[in-house]
Amino acid sequence: MTVVIAVMLALVAVVGTVIVFTDDPGRQAVTLSLFGLCLGVLFLALGAPDVSLSQITVGAAVVPLIVLLTIRKTRSMR
Amino acid sequence: MSRPLRLVVFAAGAGGTAALFLLAVLDMPPFGSRFHPYRNHSVPAALAHATANVVSSVNFDQRGMDTLAEESILFASVVVVATLLRKTDDEEWRKERRGRVLDSTLLMGWILLPYTLLLGFDVVAHGHLTPGGGFQGGVVLGTGIHLLYVAGRYDMLRRVRPIRPFEWGEAIGTGAFACLGVAGVLATGAFLANVVPHGTFGTLLSAGTVPILNGAVGVEVASGVVVLVSAFLDQAIGLETAPAGGGKGGRAGNGRDAEGGGNR
Repeated sequence: MTVVIAVMLALVAVVGTVIVFTDDPGRQAVTLSLFGLCLGVLFLALGAPDVSLSQITVGAAVVPLIVLLTIRKTRSMR
Repeated sequence: MSRPLRLVVFAAGAGGTAALFLLAVLDMPPFGSRFHPYRNHSVPAALAHATANVVSSVNFDQRGMDTLAEESILFASVVVVATLLRKTDDEEWRKERRGRVLDSTLLMGWILLPYTLLLGFDVVAHGHLTPGGGFQGGVVLGTGIHLLYVAGRYDMLRRVRPIRPFEWGEAIGTGAFACLGVAGVLATGAFLANVVPHGTFGTLLSAGTVPILNGAVGVEVASGVVVLVSAFLDQAIGLETAPAGGGKGGRAGNGRDAEGGGNR
């Protein structure tokens, strides 16, 4: 389990950095979704399945969806 | 604020936060140790109320007040989003545009829709027994309904999913939580006291008020997510700013002509 936790911690750090260096907000929504999924797996590995479920549903699904819809709207207004 | 001044303010804030955070981390019990004062108190308290999922016991029984505050924050956020993104007089519903959906997407959508809804209900109903609960299940339900959009058409989603019941659901869910809290006051003098018989540990009918509160939160969160996502969907796909001289459609003065009004 320690190995899984270490790998997930490293992945969270890597994907978090990838989000920061993603320029296009549209692509950022995708990396953000991946980040949410990684965090969810990390929480699961740390023995917090309740938080993991919340993280995956909100962080990997709802937030990126709202970001994508907002980008679409702001682009159509230009 | 000038740029140098802004940097100074940022440095002071970031430095202070970093110092305090470091102090807190250094004083934490070591990772993975056996020292768990909160567990020592919360697990017996959860068992005393026949709640198998200790996290749910903390969220809805021992610290139910905090959860009510969280639900109120969510409620307020959804109300604000629905208010800010409502259809205004200079916006019109777009003409229906028929896009093409890949057959594989369609198939996956229709397979996943009933499965996701069932999973959502399951997560809400067993919140006091297994990981999950009203919030998690509610989000699954609220997003699951939108598979109708992924696997179908936007106007179809708007037809089979009238927004009004979900607006009601959000308010009723939040209100029911508060009412159960008041019921606790009337019965024992303590807000959100676990007044319902606790039942048998580990069965569906156990944990007293916890599954009832989970149901209320499930209704609120599922409805809240639907209202939230539909407000964003309407803005991104359904509505467009009317051509210059907008508002001449003769509907001026009809302030909130949100959902349903556009079914022309």
